[in-house]
Amino acid sequence: MTALLVDTSGAPPVETVARRRGGFLGAVRRSRKAQVGLAMLFVFCVFAVVPQLFTSVRHPNDLAFAPRLPPSGAHWLGTTALGQDIWAQLVYGTRESLVIALVAGAFATLLSVVVGVSAAYLRGVGDEVLSMIINIFLVIPTFPLIIILATYAGKGTLPVVLIVLIVTGWSYGANQLRAQTLSLRNRDFLEAAKIRGERRSYVIFAEVLPTMTSLILATFLGAALYSVLTAAGLQFIGLGDPNSISWGTMLYWAQNQQALQTGTPLWSIAPGLCVALLGASFALINYAFDEISNPALRPVRGRRRRRARG
Amino acid sequence: MLEVRGLSVEYATDGAPVVAVDGVDLDVAAGEFVGVVGESGCGKSTLLFAIARLLSPPAAITAGSIVFKGHNLVTMTEKQLNALRWRDCSVVMQSAMNALNPITTIGAQFRDVAHAHMDWSPDEVAERSAEVLRLVGIDPIHLKSYPHQLSGGMRQRAMIAMALLFTPDLVIMDEPTSALDVVAQRSLMVQIKQLQRQLGFAVVFVTHDMSLVSHFSDQLLVMYAGLIVEVGPTRTVFDSPAHPYSRGLLEAFPSIRGVRRPLTGIPGSPPDLARPPSGCRFHPRCPVAMPECATTEPPLYSVGRAQARCLLHAPERAPLSEVRS
Amino acid sequence: MRYVLRRLGFFALTLWAALTLNFFLPRFMPGNPLQALRARTHGKVSPEALQQMLTSYGFKPHQNVVSQYFAYLGNMFTGHWGVSIGATLGQPVRQIIGQALPWTLGLVGVATVLAFLLGSLIGVLAGWRRGGALDSVLPPIFVVTSALPYFWVGLLLILVFSVWTHGWLPSDFNYDTSLQPGLSPGFVGSVLQHAVLPGATILITAIGAWILTMRNNMLTTLAEDYVRMARAKGLPDRRIMFDYAARNAMLPNLAGFAMSLGFVITGSILVEYVFNYPGLGYELYNAVQNTDYPLMQALFMLFTVAVLLALLICEFAIAVLDPRSRARA
Repeated sequence: MTALLVDTSGAPPVETVARRRGGFLGAVRRSRKAQVGLAMLFVFCVFAVVPQLFTSVRHPNDLAFAPRLPPSGAHWLGTTALGQDIWAQLVYGTRESLVIALVAGAFATLLSVVVGVSAAYLRGVGDEVLSMIINIFLVIPTFPLIIILATYAGKGTLPVVLIVLIVTGWSYGANQLRAQTLSLRNRDFLEAAKIRGERRSYVIFAEVLPTMTSLILATFLGAALYSVLTAAGLQFIGLGDPNSISWGTMLYWAQNQQALQTGTPLWSIAPGLCVALLGASFALINYAFDEISNPALRPVRGRRRRRARG
Repeated sequence: MLEVRGLSVEYATDGAPVVAVDGVDLDVAAGEFVGVVGESGCGKSTLLFAIARLLSPPAAITAGSIVFKGHNLVTMTEKQLNALRWRDCSVVMQSAMNALNPITTIGAQFRDVAHAHMDWSPDEVAERSAEVLRLVGIDPIHLKSYPHQLSGGMRQRAMIAMALLFTPDLVIMDEPTSALDVVAQRSLMVQIKQLQRQLGFAVVFVTHDMSLVSHFSDQLLVMYAGLIVEVGPTRTVFDSPAHPYSRGLLEAFPSIRGVRRPLTGIPGSPPDLARPPSGCRFHPRCPVAMPECATTEPPLYSVGRAQARCLLHAPERAPLSEVRS
Repeated sequence: MRYVLRRLGFFALTLWAALTLNFFLPRFMPGNPLQALRARTHGKVSPEALQQMLTSYGFKPHQNVVSQYFAYLGNMFTGHWGVSIGATLGQPVRQIIGQALPWTLGLVGVATVLAFLLGSLIGVLAGWRRGGALDSVLPPIFVVTSALPYFWVGLLLILVFSVWTHGWLPSDFNYDTSLQPGLSPGFVGSVLQHAVLPGATILITAIGAWILTMRNNMLTTLAEDYVRMARAKGLPDRRIMFDYAARNAMLPNLAGFAMSLGFVITGSILVEYVFNYPGLGYELYNAVQNTDYPLMQALFMLFTVAVLLALLICEFAIAVLDPRSRARA
C-alpha cells in the first residue's frame, strides 16, 4: 500500500521526454516493468469482460458444490467452506475490483485535477482556501475516516464504497497537480497564450493540461491502486456488501470461516493474491512512467561498463 | 606539466555510442592559462571532466593518456587519484549554487576537503580558509554562511577560494563566469588572472565566450564536434584565425571600435555526434568548403605558430596566408 | 517564527476540521445511537441510564446543536471521552485507549520507524552503487512488495509460519494469555514472540516504498553538481555518500514519511485485525462492529492528532537539516 508514496519527488517537473525512436510510447513498450504491468492489467481486464470464458460456473456465489474440496480438475482452486468454486468466484470477482479501481480512480483523478489546477491557477485567496482544503484531507487519516463513514452509511454497498474512496483519495493527487501547475504557470508558452488573448479556460485546457498528461496519468494509476487496496481492506473487515461477488468479500468470508486454519488456505490466499497483482500492475506501470520521464532513474544497462580504471 | 594525448570519451547509449571527445591532444605548461572555446555540445566540458577524471556512467574514457606531472591519470586507481585531487589539481564549476552543498556552511565545505587531505588542526584549517577567502575579496565571516545566503558573484569567488586551498599546480574551470552578468564576469576574470600571477598555477578554462577568454589566456583551443579544430597562442588564433570555424566565431562578435559591418553568424547547427558528418565535420556549415572536405578527415596542420584542422592548410595546396571569407 | 505559527495554525485548523467532521457525521447518517444502544443492551439498562451515558459524551438531542458542539470540543480536549457503549459497556473510553495504546505504539510504531530507517539505508546503498547487484534486482521486487495489501501479507505469513509449522510463531494476540503481565523473561519473551509475525508484516510491506523513494532521490541527487564537486575534492566515498548525497536525498523522504502516516494507520488497523492484536486499530474495528460511537470518535481524534504530531516532528527535522527551509520561512 505504500507504493503510493513512490514518486520522484526530487525530479524536475515537466521534463521533455526523450523523443528517441518512437518517443514516449516506444519507451513504454521497451520498459520491462511497463510490459509486465500492462500484461497483468490486460489479463484482468479480459477476466472482467468475459468471465464466462474462463469457468463453467455461472453463479459463483451459489452454494452448489461440496464444501472444502481441495484443488482438482473440476475445481482448480478447490471449494470454499460454503461450497462455492473458488476459481469461479475469483474470475467473476475481477469485475467489481476492476470497476472500483477504474471508476473510483477516474473520479478521484478528476477531482484532483479540478481542485489542484484551479488552486494553482486562481492564486490568492482562492488558492489559499483550496490548498487548505487539500491539506486537511491529506492529513486526516483516511482509513479510520472511511471506516467511520462506511459504518454510518449503513455498511457498504458499491456506490457507498466508491463515494468514500473518491472523497478520501483525491487529495494526494490534487497536491501534486497543484505543485506542478504552479511551476508551469510562469512558463513562456503560457504567457504567449495569454498575450494572444486566449481565454483562461482555453489556456487551461489546451495548453496546461496537455503538458501534464504524464502526471495526470500517474495520479490516475495511484488513485486506482489506492482504491483497489482500500476497497479490499474495507470489504475484508466486513464493511462491504457480504453478498457481492468480489475479491474483498471472498476474503471476508474466508476470514470469517477461518480458512487458513481449517484447511482451505486458497480461499484466503487466492483473492488476496489477485488484489496484490492488480495493485502491483498499477504500481509497475507507474514506476515505469517515472523512469521514462526522469532520465536519471533509468536502469543502466550492463554494457561493458569500464569504470575507466585502465 | 599536463600532457593529454589522443583522449577519447564516449557516452554509451541504447544505440551506438556517442563520441563526445575524439582523439584530443592538449599541452599545458606550468603557470600557463589555456582557454578552450566552442559551442554548446562540442565536447569541451566533457573534455574537462575527463581530464579531472570526474566522468560517470554512461560517459567513459575509451582511449588516450592524460599525463599530469609525470603520472598517467587514465590508468590510476581512485585511491591514487584521490591523493592528487585538490592538492595538485582542483576544479571550479559553472554554477556555484549547484556546485556547493546547499545544506552545509562554506566553512564546513572547506573543512571537509582539508580533513580529507591534510592533518591540519582546526585552527590551521580556519586560518587557511580565512586566508583564501581574503585572497578573493570575501570577508572571512562568511565561513559561517550557507551558499544561498551569498550573492552569485560571491559564491563563485568562494568556489575559487576553495579551489586554491592547497595552492594546486592546475586549476580546471568549467565556464565559471557564465552564470554572472557581464560586469561581474570581467571582474572575476581579472581576479583569476591576478591570482594566477600571484600564486603561479596553471588554468584550463572552458567557455563559449571566445572574446572574454582571449584577453586573459596564453594559449587558445577551439573545439568543434569533439575535435580540436584550432590551437595556438591566443594572439595568433585571435588575430588571424586559420580555421573557418574560428573565424566564424570571431565574426559573430561586433567590435566596439572600427567600421560597422553586418554580423555574420555560422549558419546551421552543431552536428549530431551520434552520426557526425563525413570527412571534415565542419564542412556542412563551412562557407569555403571544397569538394574534398566531404570525404577527407583533415588532421591538424601547422599554420605559422598555430595549428588548424582544415584542408585549406594542407601542405600540398598552394599556401594561403589567410582565410578569405 | 511566523512560519512556525502558520504551521501550528494549520494543524489546529486540521484538527478542528477533523473533530467537526467527527461530530456532524453521525448526526447526518442513518442510525441512532440510542436505538443501537438499546438494541444491544437488550433493555437491561434503563433508558435514563442509557441517556446519561450518551449525554456524558455529547449526545444531548434535546439541547441545541451549537452548545452540544462546544461541549463536545471541550470534552475532547480535556480527555473526557465518555464511556464505551460497545461490547465493553460502561468502561471509560480513556481506559480502553490507555490499554491499547502502548501495544500499537510498540508494534506499529517500532516496525514503521524501523522500516523507514532500514529502507532508507538500503535505498542509499542501492542508489550509490548504481547498476550494481542491489540496484538492478531490487527495484522491481520492491515495486511489487510495496503494492501488496497489508492484510494479505499477514495472512500469508500466518499460513507459512504459524499454520504450517503448527504454531511455531503465534498468530493471535499480543502475548500468551495464560501468563501474568510483568517484566519476567517469560512474559517479555512471549510478547516478542507474538510481535514477530505482525511486525514482519508491517516491515515487509512498508520497507519497499522507502527503499524505492530513497534510491530514486539518491540517483537524482548523485547527478547534482555538488556531488561531482565532492568527488573532485577527493573526499572519501563514504563521506560523499552520506554527507553530500544521502543528507540531501533524505529531505523529500522525511516529508513523505509524515504523509505516509495515514497509510501506516490503515495498515495498523488491518494488521491488528488479522492478528487479533489488541491495539488501537483492533479497538477501532470492535468499536465499528458494535457501533460504539464514543470510542470511535475518540480513536479518530487520536489518529488525527498522531498524524499531525508526526508531521510536526518531520517538519522540525527538515528545518534542522535544511538551512534553506529556514530561510524560506
